Amino acid sequence: MENLQLIIPELFISIMIMFLLIFGVFKKNSSQLVYNLTTVSLVAALTLIINLDAQIQSSLFNNSYNIDSLARFMKILLILSGIFVMLSSSKYIQISKISKIEYPILILCSILGMMVMISSNDLIVFYMGLELQSLALYVLASFNRDNLLSTESGLKYFVLSALSSGLLLYGCSLIYGFSETTNFNQIMVNTKEIEYGLTFGIVFILVGLAFKISAVPFHMWAPDVYQGSPTSVTVFFALLPKIAALTVFIRFLYIPFYELGDQWQMIIIFLSIASMVFGAVAAIGQKNLKRLIAYSSISHMGYALAGLSTGTTQGVQSSITYITIYLVMNLAFFSCLFMLKRNDEYYENIDDLSGLSKNHPLLSLSLLVALFSLAGIPPLAGFFAKFYIFVAVINEKMYFLAIVGLLATVIAAFYYLRIIKIIYFDPEKEKFESKHNLGLKFTLLASTFFILAYFIYPSGIVDIISQININ
Amino acid sequence: MNFPILSSLILLPTIGALFIFFVRSSNSQYQSSKYVALFITLANFFLSLYLWIVFDKSIVDFQFVEEREWISGFVNYKVGVDGISILFILLTTFITPICVITVNATIKNRLKDFLIAILILETFMIGVFCSLDLVVFYLFFEAGLIPMFLIIGIWGGERRVYSAFKFFLYTLLGSVLMLVAIISIYWITGTTDVIKLYELGIDAKYQNLLWLAFFSSFAVKTPMWPVHTWLPDAHVEAPTAGSVLLAAILLKMAGYGFIRFSLGLFPVASLYFVPLVYTLSLIAIIYTSLVALMQEDMKKLIAYSSVAHMGFVTLGIFTMTQQGIEGSIFQMISHGLVSAALFLCVGVVYDRLHTRLINRYGGLVSIMPKYAIVFMVFTLGALGLPGTSGFIGEFLVLMGAFKKNILVATIASLGVILGAAYMLWLYKRIIFGKLINEDVKKMVDLKSFEIVTLWLLVLPIIFFGFYPEPLINSIEVSVANMIDMNDLDKINKLALGD
Repeated sequence: MENLQLIIPELFISIMIMFLLIFGVFKKNSSQLVYNLTTVSLVAALTLIINLDAQIQSSLFNNSYNIDSLARFMKILLILSGIFVMLSSSKYIQISKISKIEYPILILCSILGMMVMISSNDLIVFYMGLELQSLALYVLASFNRDNLLSTESGLKYFVLSALSSGLLLYGCSLIYGFSETTNFNQIMVNTKEIEYGLTFGIVFILVGLAFKISAVPFHMWAPDVYQGSPTSVTVFFALLPKIAALTVFIRFLYIPFYELGDQWQMIIIFLSIASMVFGAVAAIGQKNLKRLIAYSSISHMGYALAGLSTGTTQGVQSSITYITIYLVMNLAFFSCLFMLKRNDEYYENIDDLSGLSKNHPLLSLSLLVALFSLAGIPPLAGFFAKFYIFVAVINEKMYFLAIVGLLATVIAAFYYLRIIKIIYFDPEKEKFESKHNLGLKFTLLASTFFILAYFIYPSGIVDIISQININ
Repeated sequence: MNFPILSSLILLPTIGALFIFFVRSSNSQYQSSKYVALFITLANFFLSLYLWIVFDKSIVDFQFVEEREWISGFVNYKVGVDGISILFILLTTFITPICVITVNATIKNRLKDFLIAILILETFMIGVFCSLDLVVFYLFFEAGLIPMFLIIGIWGGERRVYSAFKFFLYTLLGSVLMLVAIISIYWITGTTDVIKLYELGIDAKYQNLLWLAFFSSFAVKTPMWPVHTWLPDAHVEAPTAGSVLLAAILLKMAGYGFIRFSLGLFPVASLYFVPLVYTLSLIAIIYTSLVALMQEDMKKLIAYSSVAHMGFVTLGIFTMTQQGIEGSIFQMISHGLVSAALFLCVGVVYDRLHTRLINRYGGLVSIMPKYAIVFMVFTLGALGLPGTSGFIGEFLVLMGAFKKNILVATIASLGVILGAAYMLWLYKRIIFGKLINEDVKKMVDLKSFEIVTLWLLVLPIIFFGFYPEPLINSIEVSVANMIDMNDLDKINKLALGD
C-alpha cells in the first residue's frame, strides 16, 4: 500500500476541483463564492504542505513520484503565489466581466498540474502534469472570449505550446528508446555512455522546457500571450508556470542527465545569454506594460538559467533564490498594474503612468521600488537575487557568462528607468481611482515590504533554500 | 565603549527620512519637515564631530569596528574608520545640512520628497566611507544612484531626463565590472573583509585584471578623462543642492576607493598601472582646464574644473608618496568645500536671474558687494592661492609628483596656471565689468540664510589654508601605513610568492 498521506495536498485539490465544479453548476450566480472557496482551499492546501516533514525524502508509485525537500519548497512557493494572485485579481475579473465559475476552477486545475510536474520523477508522470497545466492555461489565456486579442493569444499559445509538447514528447521517446526506462533515476543508471540518440533526446526535451519558461529562441509566444490575456491571467502566467518549469529543469538536469553535463551545459549557457540579452534589448521599444514585463521576464529567466548552467548545487540554490525573489517583484509590479483603474477601465500603457507620482505618491513609490529591484539596483531584493547567481557563476570560472549578464543588466536598467522617468519626471494626467480591495492592497504592501526590507536579513531565505538537497 | 556610533551615523538620516515620509503634512507644514531634516543632519554632524574627537589618531588600526553576521557564512556587515575615512564622513555630515538650508530657495515643488532623497543619500554616502567589506561597500556605492537619479530627474533643469539617464547608466556600467571583481576576490581568497584582505594579500597574477575592474568603476565616478562627459551634464541640470552633493561628496567616493581598495588591495597592479593613471590624470588636468576656459555656462565651467581638480587627486594618489597621498586627501576635502561653495554661489545668482550664462552677468560688485567677497574667497580657493585650503592640497600633490617624476610634475604645474586663468576670468566676467544688463541691476544682495551657508564654507577653507595640522594629523598615520603596504620590498616578496 502506498503512503497516500504524502500526497494529501494533491488529493485535496483534486477533490476540491470536483466539488467546486458540481457546486458551481448547481448553485446559481455563485461565481464569486466559488472564487473565494478556491482561495480558501489553496490556503488549506498550503497548510497541508507545510505540515509535511521538512526533511522528507520518499518516492511513491514505483518511484515515479518524488516527495522531497525540493518539491516541498517549490509547492509552498507555488501555492503561496497562487493565493496572492487570487487575492490581487479578484476585483479585476469582476470588472472585466470574466467572473465565471470556470475561472477559479481552471486555475486550480493548472496548479494541480504544476504540483504533479514539480514532484514528477518519471517521464510519463511529468508529461501528464505538463499537459494538465497547459490545457488549463490555454483556456485561461482566451478567457475573455469577446476580446480579439485574448482569443488570439489563447490560440497562439495553444498552437505553439502543442508544437513544443510534441517536441518534448519526441525527446522523451528517444530517451526511453536509448535507456529502456522512463524513470529518472533509472535513466541516470542506464545512460553512462553517450549516444547520439540520447543527445538528441536531451536537446528535444530542453527545447520543450525552454518553451515553457519562454527562454530565447523559444520565446515568441510570450509577448503576445502576456499582452492579450486578461491581466489576472498574465500575472498567473508570469509567476506560476515558471516555478513548475524551473523545478522540472532542475530535476531533468540534475537527476537523469547529471552525468551528461558536457552535453547540456553549452545549451543552457546559450539559452541563458540569449534570453538575458534579447529580453533586455527587445523591451526597450515597448509601449504596453504587459508586453514589456513579458520581455523583462524573458530576461529574468535567462539569469535563473545562468545559475542552473553551473552544474553545481550552489548554482541550483541561487536559481531557486532568484525565482523566489523574481516572484515577489513581479507580484508587486502586477499589483500596481491592477491599481491603474479609472471608471471601471484598466490602463496598461506606459504613457498612462505619466506623472503618476503627483497624484498617487504611495503607488508610484511601490512601482519605483519594484522597478529598481527588477533592474537589480542595491540595496533592493533584486540585487541580491542577481548577486547569488553571479557568485555561483563566477565560482565556476564562467566569467564570460557573468560579464554578459551584468552588461545585460545595464541595458535592462535603461527601460526600467524609462518607466520611472515617465512616472516621476513627466507631467501628470487624470487621477486613477484610489479605492482598492483589501487583498490587492495587502499583496502590494507585503511584496513591496519584502523587496525593501530584504537586505536587513538576507540569510533567511538562503538558509531555507540551502537545506534543499537536489540529488 | 560599545555604542554602535558608526551604525547610528548611517541609520540616523534614514530614520529621519522615514519620519518625514510618515508624518503627513499639508503644503503649509512643509517648513516643519525641513526643520526635521535640518535637525537630523545637524545631529549627525555633531555625532561625527564627536567621533573625530574621540578617534585616536596615533593608531594604525581601524577603530569603532562593528561586525555583524549578514549573509551567513559569506558576507559580514562590517564598518570601521581610520584616519582617512573619518575626514570624508565629516565632510559628508558637514555639507548635507548646508544643502538642507539652501533647499528653501531652489526647490519649488515637492520639498518633502526632496528632503527624503537627500537624507537617504546621506545614509548611503556615509556607508560608503566606513564600510570595511567589499560587498557592503558595493551596496552603498551603487545604492546612491537611486536618490541622485531622482534628484536630477525630478528637480533638474531642461535637459534633466537626458542627464539623469546618462549619469545613471554611465555609473552603473562602470560598476558592474567591479561586482565581478569583488566576487572573484571572494573565490580567490575566501573573504571580502577588507582588513583580512590587507593581511592576506591577493595573489599577484590576479591583481592586474582585478585592478582594472575596480578602476573602471572608480574612473567613471571620479570622473577621469575620457569617461568624464556625464559630469558636466549632470551638474548643469541638477538643482543646486544636487550639484553640491555630487561635486562635494559623490566624486570623492571614487578617490577614496582608489586609496582604500586600488592601493590597499592591489599594490602590485597599482605600481604596474602608474603610467596609465599619470597619463589620464595629466590629460584631465590640461585638457579639461582648456575646455573650462571656453565654457559659457557657469555650472559647466565649474564642472570641468572639478574634473581637472580630480586629476590632481588621482595623480597624487598614484605617486604613492606620503606627500602625494596626503595631498590628494587634502585636495579632496578642500575641493569638497570649494566646489560646494562655488555651486552655491552659482545657485545664488541663478535664483535671481534664472540663467547660468556668464555673459548675461557683469558688474555685480557694485550691487552685490557681500556676494563679491565670498565669491572671491572661493575663486581663490579653487585656484589654490596660498592661505586657502586649495593651496595645501595642490602643493603636496606636486611635491609628491616631483619626487617621482619631474616631467609629470612640470606638466601638472601648468594645470595650476590654467586653473588660475579660467577661475579669475570667470570672476572678472561676472563680478567686474560694466553693469549693462537691465535685470542684473535689480538683483538684491545675499539674504541671511545665504550669508550663513556661504560663510560656513568660507571659514574652513581659510582656516585649513593657514592651519592644515588637524587634517594632516588625522591622516598621517593611516597614509604612512598605506605607503608601507605598498612598499617595494613587500611587493616583490608577494610577486615572487606565486
